[in-house]
Amino acid sequence: MIEINNIRKNFGKKEVLKNVSLNIEKGEKVVIVGPSGSGKSTLLRCINLLETPTSGNINFEGQNITDKKTDINKMRQKMGMVFQHFNLFPHLTVMENITLAPIKLKLQTKEDAEKKAMQLLERIGLSDKKDEYPNKLSGGQKQRIAIVRSLAMNPDVMLFDEPTSALDPEMIGEVLNLMKELADEGMTMVVVTHEMGFAKGVGTRVIFMDDGQILEENTPQEFFTNPTNDRLKEFLSKILYNI
Amino acid sequence: MEDLINSFFKTFIIDGRYKLFLTGIKNTIFIAFCATVIGIIIGLLIAVIRSSAKNNKKLSVLNAICNLYITIIRGTPVVVQLLIMYYTIFVNVDNSILVAIFTFGINSGAYVAEIARAGIESIDKGQMEAGLSLGLNQNKTMIFIILPQAIKNILPTLGNEFISLLKETAVAGYVPIIDLTKAGDIVRSRTFEPFFPLYFVAFSYLVMVIGLTAIQKRIERRLSESDRN
Repeated sequence: MIEINNIRKNFGKKEVLKNVSLNIEKGEKVVIVGPSGSGKSTLLRCINLLETPTSGNINFEGQNITDKKTDINKMRQKMGMVFQHFNLFPHLTVMENITLAPIKLKLQTKEDAEKKAMQLLERIGLSDKKDEYPNKLSGGQKQRIAIVRSLAMNPDVMLFDEPTSALDPEMIGEVLNLMKELADEGMTMVVVTHEMGFAKGVGTRVIFMDDGQILEENTPQEFFTNPTNDRLKEFLSKILYNI
Repeated sequence: MEDLINSFFKTFIIDGRYKLFLTGIKNTIFIAFCATVIGIIIGLLIAVIRSSAKNNKKLSVLNAICNLYITIIRGTPVVVQLLIMYYTIFVNVDNSILVAIFTFGINSGAYVAEIARAGIESIDKGQMEAGLSLGLNQNKTMIFIILPQAIKNILPTLGNEFISLLKETAVAGYVPIIDLTKAGDIVRSRTFEPFFPLYFVAFSYLVMVIGLTAIQKRIERRLSESDRN
């Protein structure tokens, strides 16, 4: 579904992605972990071209999206993205946040878009917040609405860029639960996160990145119990401690 | 006391001179209003071009033109711009009020452009990314997501700009236009009584500015609905 072929990305002189290749099949839940500055967020942001790779190409559903002739806006409609800082639109109500894109892109009528939005809001138990503005919501509520906003576009894949890193600890669970539900329904997901529990429990494949490269990829079971790369062993030993 | 009443009559009543003031007030408001509309349109357009030019090389020529325009307009007095417009560029245009509207509009546009650009750049870049990630193109994201937030942020500054614009139109009388200030001048030159014409003109501007300020406050309150906690 997504084929990333030999992409490099430079920010000025600094090379943040060094010849990265990755294939993601439909239905996979790929979790990318690694230390800060390892390039994992950049890799994710390359998939929907929020960052343009310096070289290499990316195919999405058989289309080369790094080709200048490809209408990237059309491609992005099929790729939902959830950000660390939610990025809800503060000047719009919850309902308007969710329905803006489907309506303005003329994919649905206002009535249909609102009906669908209501179903999604009911699903996450926030239908009573539909007329509120985002600044009245808690972090966990904001992030769940951001997820729902992406879902309203009926994407084929969801990209998550550290979706729980900006949340208070007691709100992480509600967001992860919603993500797990999506995973159970068969959504293709690419998740950059520090939540190792999520990687272990929900991921179908876990990838370790450091210094702009993929150093190890494996099933969660093998990844956490039999890491082979030394850098990964060190990383895991630092974050998985027992009291 | 009798002198004062006499002077009042001379200034406002004799020969129906109040009509002159009314014409002046009407023209001043008309020029300021139309120039404001032109200023907003030019200003927003330029601001969008200039803040998009950073990521889009195709816009670099347009961007250079915008920069030149802003430099020239902000670097010369509006009176001189008005005279140049009236005596060289729009020589064949009879309607001097139209020339004044364009001059003040083009002048205001340069200032609005700078204000609006600051407003656009103050919006977190995550907002643009969120819009793009939903499949909206850059223009739609700008129109529906960035600009509404930016305009809200710059409204106080923008309001001040229009209040200045209203007062700047006082130089419109340099070309054949009877604006408020000019009306006062004409009456004063006929009556040789400076007191009433000058204070009345000042008072009229003051009332207009107070009115504008009230409107500005109202709009700000409406737009801050989403900020309330």
